Amino acid sequence: MHDLKGWAARLLVVDDNKVNRLLLTRSLELQGHSIASAENGRVALEMLRREPFDLLLLDMEMPEMNGFQVLEQLVGDRQLRDLPVIVTSSLEGIDNVVRCIELGAEDYLTKPVNPVLLKARIGASLEKKRLRDQQKELVRRFATPEVAQDLQTSGFSLGGKRVRASVMFSDIRGFTSLAESQPPEETIELLNTYYALMFDAISSHGGVVTMMMGDGLMAVFGAPVPLRDPSESAVRAAQEMVELIGLFNHEREAAHKPTIRIGIGIATGEMVAGYTGTNERATYTCIGDTVNLASRLESHTKVAQRTILIDDATRAALSDAVHVEQLGPVPFKGKSIAVDVYAVEIAP
Amino acid sequence: MTTPTIDRPTFDMLEQSTGAEFARELVGTFLQEAPTMLADLRDALAKGDADRFRRAAHSLKSNSNTFGALQLGALARELELGGIAKATANDGALLTALNAEYSRAAAALDELRHA
Repeated sequence: MHDLKGWAARLLVVDDNKVNRLLLTRSLELQGHSIASAENGRVALEMLRREPFDLLLLDMEMPEMNGFQVLEQLVGDRQLRDLPVIVTSSLEGIDNVVRCIELGAEDYLTKPVNPVLLKARIGASLEKKRLRDQQKELVRRFATPEVAQDLQTSGFSLGGKRVRASVMFSDIRGFTSLAESQPPEETIELLNTYYALMFDAISSHGGVVTMMMGDGLMAVFGAPVPLRDPSESAVRAAQEMVELIGLFNHEREAAHKPTIRIGIGIATGEMVAGYTGTNERATYTCIGDTVNLASRLESHTKVAQRTILIDDATRAALSDAVHVEQLGPVPFKGKSIAVDVYAVEIAP
Repeated sequence: MTTPTIDRPTFDMLEQSTGAEFARELVGTFLQEAPTMLADLRDALAKGDADRFRRAAHSLKSNSNTFGALQLGALARELELGGIAKATANDGALLTALNAEYSRAAAALDELRHA
């Protein structure tokens, strides 16, 4: 169990008044924390940008750079804006309190600060910070850098927006029988390598993997980060994926292991993109006809005996450098009219 | 009922929560710093520097309340909120009262420090 009382944090105390500074430092040291102090906002910001702190205790009324100016700077600083700030001030007036909270301060304590209250508020703030850090770490581990960045800049909120993007589905052909023919450890190792290669190809072309299921994945190009050319990026990524699988197969052949083949479907159009789920567990995803079509195209690679299939909207946006072969209209389940399907030529 | 120069419960609480030795050292720091704040007040007043005046009064108020010098804190607060206009009213009566109260508070704190 995590023991709050035992958690020694590194705190920065900012106050221009020596008595206040010494007193606050003493109180916090008695609570087991390690303290550094600064005598005005400018010095404090320099220290914050130089070394990591868990929490900032900020006075408002200071020469050179006051507390409000520090709060404003912190809000605009990507590295520092999650740093919890507790304002300790004897400034009067509820408008000052409101202004601090609006500028992102976590709490407002009136001086002279009651030590018991101080301890409780610091405990609460540090606990919140710990949870936020954990969350950030989870996001970093499970989301792509783009989604993590989007979450950090826009904040997390469920709900979507309409975007134009390209969607890719990809999976390993005949994976089930392959998995049954080898020990489970080898299957997991194979999947890990496969995913590492696919992620690399996708993200190097600006795509974002939004879903992984077994041996399949879904990726989006053009959301949440807009791309200049989502279709071209998606197709280029697909070509690179196939190329990487080729290299991977060389290694596997050399090790006398069965090779793998993948199928990729790409469709372009409007879709609804956003975070879905609950506030506790959510994922970035895209929904709409375009997504369904990409999935159908991926399934159709088995029938068509081609590795990469795309729809007409994707093809129309491609440069001449990409060669495609028209396969003609295919009647897909759930589509009232047949869809023109194109196979992307892959390097021999 | 008049406000005592030093409110003992406040001072005792300070001693209890930070340790008697530390509290005494802190009194020493205050007695060193306070004359600068008072000088700051006078200087800011002479130069008509409203911002600096308010800040000095604010600091004095904050520190006074820390040690339980509540009367001194109340006078400093009046100056903080009233500004230079309040300080110059009635021939600077408020400032005179503040200086007198500071002398009393300083003496009382010094006594507590050596008790």
